[in-house]
Amino acid sequence: MLTMIARRMMLAIPSIVGVIVVTFLLTRVLPGDTAAYFAGPAASAQAVEEVRVKLGLDQSIPVQFASYVGDLLRGDLGASLTTGRPVVTELAARLPASTELTLAALLLSLVIAVPLGIIAAVRNDSWVDHFTRIFTTAGVSLPVFFTGLLFVYVFYFLLGWAPAPLGRLDVFYSSPPEWTGFFLIDSLVAREWETFRAALAQLALPTITLAVFSLAPIARITRASMLNVLASDFVRTARAAGLSGGTVVMRYAFRNALLPVITTLGMVFSFLLGANVLVEKVFAWPGVGSYAVEALLASDYAPVQGFVLVMAILYVLVNLAIDLLYGVVDPRMKVEG
Amino acid sequence: MTSIAEIPPVVQSARAHGLKAVFQHARYVMRENPVTGFAFLMFLFFVLCATIGPWLVPHDPLASNTAQALKPPSALNWFGTDQLGRDIFSRVVVAARLDLAIAISSVLLVFAFGGLSGVAAGYFGGWTDRIVGRICDTIMAFPLFVLAMGIVAALGNTVTNIVIATAIINYPLYARLARSEANVRRDAGFVHAARLSGNSEGRILLMHILPNILPIMMVQVSLTMGYAILNAAGLSFIGLGVRPPTPEWGIMVAEGASFIVSGEWWIAFFPGLTLMLAVFCFNLLGDGLRDIVDPQRRT
Amino acid sequence: MTSQPLLEVRDLTIEFSTRRGVVKAVQRVDLSLAKGETLGIVGESGSGKSVTSYAVMRILDRAGRIANGAIIYSGIDVGAATESEMQDLRGREMSMIFQNPRAALNPIRKIGRQIEDVLIRHVQATRADAREKAIGALRQVRIANPEERYSAYPFELSGGMCQRVVIALALACQPRLLIADEPTTGLDVTTQKAVMDLIVELTRERGMSTLLITHDLGLAATYCDRVIVMEKGNVVESATAEEIFRAPQHPYTRKLMRATPRPGARLCDLLPEEPAPVDRAAAVNVTSDTSPLLRVENLVKEYPRKSTAPFFARFMKRGKFKHPPPFRAVTGISFDVMRGETLGLVGESGCGKSTTSMMLMRLIDSTAGKIVFDGTDLATIPARDFALNPLRRRIQMVFQDPTDSLNPRYTAARAIADPLLRVGTIERSKVRTRCEELALLVGLPLDLLDRLPHQLSGGQKARVGIARALALEPDLVVLDEPTAALDVSVQAIVLNLLQDLKERLGISYLFVSHDLHVVRLLCDRVIVMRSGVIVEQGPTAKVLEAPEAEYTRELIAAIPHPPFAA
Repeated sequence: MLTMIARRMMLAIPSIVGVIVVTFLLTRVLPGDTAAYFAGPAASAQAVEEVRVKLGLDQSIPVQFASYVGDLLRGDLGASLTTGRPVVTELAARLPASTELTLAALLLSLVIAVPLGIIAAVRNDSWVDHFTRIFTTAGVSLPVFFTGLLFVYVFYFLLGWAPAPLGRLDVFYSSPPEWTGFFLIDSLVAREWETFRAALAQLALPTITLAVFSLAPIARITRASMLNVLASDFVRTARAAGLSGGTVVMRYAFRNALLPVITTLGMVFSFLLGANVLVEKVFAWPGVGSYAVEALLASDYAPVQGFVLVMAILYVLVNLAIDLLYGVVDPRMKVEG
Repeated sequence: MTSIAEIPPVVQSARAHGLKAVFQHARYVMRENPVTGFAFLMFLFFVLCATIGPWLVPHDPLASNTAQALKPPSALNWFGTDQLGRDIFSRVVVAARLDLAIAISSVLLVFAFGGLSGVAAGYFGGWTDRIVGRICDTIMAFPLFVLAMGIVAALGNTVTNIVIATAIINYPLYARLARSEANVRRDAGFVHAARLSGNSEGRILLMHILPNILPIMMVQVSLTMGYAILNAAGLSFIGLGVRPPTPEWGIMVAEGASFIVSGEWWIAFFPGLTLMLAVFCFNLLGDGLRDIVDPQRRT
Repeated sequence: MTSQPLLEVRDLTIEFSTRRGVVKAVQRVDLSLAKGETLGIVGESGSGKSVTSYAVMRILDRAGRIANGAIIYSGIDVGAATESEMQDLRGREMSMIFQNPRAALNPIRKIGRQIEDVLIRHVQATRADAREKAIGALRQVRIANPEERYSAYPFELSGGMCQRVVIALALACQPRLLIADEPTTGLDVTTQKAVMDLIVELTRERGMSTLLITHDLGLAATYCDRVIVMEKGNVVESATAEEIFRAPQHPYTRKLMRATPRPGARLCDLLPEEPAPVDRAAAVNVTSDTSPLLRVENLVKEYPRKSTAPFFARFMKRGKFKHPPPFRAVTGISFDVMRGETLGLVGESGCGKSTTSMMLMRLIDSTAGKIVFDGTDLATIPARDFALNPLRRRIQMVFQDPTDSLNPRYTAARAIADPLLRVGTIERSKVRTRCEELALLVGLPLDLLDRLPHQLSGGQKARVGIARALALEPDLVVLDEPTAALDVSVQAIVLNLLQDLKERLGISYLFVSHDLHVVRLLCDRVIVMRSGVIVEQGPTAKVLEAPEAEYTRELIAAIPHPPFAA
């Protein structure tokens, strides 16, 4: 088991190396002058030269790469031109907001999509099944920024149920004392029920928006892999042995059907982290995505580069976790590993 | 290397027979599955908008008329007007060309590169496989939309770069699919038989394996087309690629976003809805195509 | 019948709703099974034999439906029982074992736990003693070290072992009826015998009734008291095993009987009627050349073995780490194939026979040794360059699975034409004519030439494969289990076709098979292989009648021998 974990972690190393190389290349393959690019559109010639020396752009590519890796190891991602603050600090401050949103959406979509997929497969060709099929095809076709705006219009403007789509917490409330950075958890720990309610109200719409988007692929793969497994020989054996419907569906079929679902989670996470950027923009959510978008529009590239790198490393870690989870569920992986 | 043209006509007549069978089967599927037929009609409609739309629209999509700003849908302006008084209906129709062009060119790009390198990786294995696999892994190590953002930011904020970025993030999908399909066929009986018949390796790849993979790849094309449209619209929504006042669905939704909270819903709604329908249409079409090419269901 | 039968099926009709409308899979089937009796249901694929047994257990697919008739098990109307009543019956009263045992077990649950699930479901065990009882069940099916095996997953066990586990699972609750659906298909003959003997012994011990579903008339006759024969959803004959064998009544049974390879039968005996007199005068090639067509000397194939050492051990001890010795699939074998001869290559799965034929065909490279074909050592030509070698035309192959071996996008004509177009010497305008000649030669109707493989039957696809192999007029054809995927009646026809072609064209065959009966019919000499080594070779009659090697004797003993056969 430990060997397997260690092995999986070793497998993540090439991914991280790849990520670092690609982010490095992205800043160096730029057409035109990289120094001018990092100095920003308004910089003077002298400022550009200063940036060039500061970034070591007057040196050879390998040296540049070495110093880039060195900076990364020291946790230095450069500084934002607009705010002047180090990118790392800003990203660290904003990451909990993004993570809270993403995880809440993932949780919500799992809670709905997995049972939906199971029911659709078990009651194949029933109305639940037809609904699921239409819903999943429609779901993957939805542009999140559009559904988000639609929800804002309906639930904020027309019905008035939701608060204004302006960030994590209404201005009347102060953030709970920071512990995890997740407002929901922090406010519960601090027993600030009102803050919790307000944070939940703010979180609801963006979470639902993201969840509707990630629901579809999960429900779809759950249904497909359940159908597959239900038609398999060992389910027939289990039924022929008189095991009850519940045992067959949950203990025999579902656990096996879970394997492709776990694999798909990686893809879903990729979608979620991308869609997060769009949703954050729609709801003025103070996360890393909106930070990157603002920087992008101001041609302030250090934050964008930092954002891409942090997201990628986060995603590599998520995939590592998914791999480990897969290994726990499927005994065959231990031997192959 | 010989080509299909060299196959004697007698043998080729069988091919026409096959095509006819495919057509008949397609008609059978349409009848069996009206949803696919509907998606196909919708697809034709979008193609029509993209090709002759600019000549059909009632208003100039770029002409602003501040007197007519922020008007809700009416007989004159079917989808209403935006903050500059431009006709949203005309803009939505005209935008189809740009959106579809971005999606189609990026998908063609990735189809060619991803498909060929994937098939080669799956068939030859060895270092080809390792290189293609490593490229895929590296791309997949990024959340795809985030990588697209990074690529467009680095290469420059242009439509061409949106096409390139969309192609790059779809590369692993195509390469991996082609790789696994080629790989399972590498030791199939008919491939061994082709070897015994004196086919060279390159010829086996092109004449025996590729034609068998092509239908599955086409399904993938249809399915990723929707994703490519979504991706490009998403990038322009956050201000990358397409610049105002060019009509494009993503940027139009972005322009309408700030008016949602004050109740002017139509500015963002119609382009968003059209975008959604276009993606929906391609996804339905992909599902339908899968039914058509799936040999198991083909009787 | 003296007493009340345990199972009675009356007038059973089963329908399947498909995309093309309702299909009757089983029509008006009657059968009864007495206590302690073993009844065989024999039929070819599509006869409805499996569907009948699924209906008895009521585990038909969603699309299937009992349209008419009654199934009475020990006084209970199975058709009218509720699902929960059925769940109580299944596993407790009636059990089933399946073909492909590895797939029949949950891949991610320990086998012991799977047996426990059944025991606990039917209140045969409590949580406290379930483990002990599960181990007991494993012990009863003669699994060595049942305590250890309890924690094994199916992927860690061999096919035969998995079938034992499935049997243990089926018999765990002491049911009175066992339905065995092709329980030994896909297993090697020796394993097949062991599994069948185990089933018979355990069911007899407990006085159980058994329904054995099989395509193999020989197997049914050996192990069953009575046999019913099904064809296209109908029962065509029902009699004691002995009657069926001695005096089959129905024409279909007779055809099936004839088609089953058996001791004492000649190849043409397998065909339904007397074959049309073949123009034997056309037979060519009574060569005076007595040098072997193919001489194989010390042929070896090694595969690098995947290192089993833990990742870290390898990582840490870089320099010191030794690669494990390679796996030897074929260990220095030598034999000859004479001109105009059929040489049989027999062995169970994993014995290296397929690897050998792939090396001879130059589809894979050999590690060492010589393959001298008509004076040229093929082993010196790399496999990847052989496609363009002139010798390519003279060695061809017929593949095991006719479906897999035809390009799904090529018509029959295109498939047959492929070798002609690639390395043939005839003009392109004559290719079609040549295809038609070949089709006639292998008995493929000309109007089928423009069909795609999925529009052809198994036998027709086999003919296309044979026509393709013969297109270049080869001297040596390797037949790699060419009939393994076919029904017996089709097999009989294809075997006769092959024999006929050999006589007319003067080709040599290397016939790779696991089926000794078939080898006996077709081959002049036979080689028996095991674990990459030739254990015995000699004239067919001698090897089969008076085997010298112990392993050959085991193989022969494992073939089902109906007690009353000649």
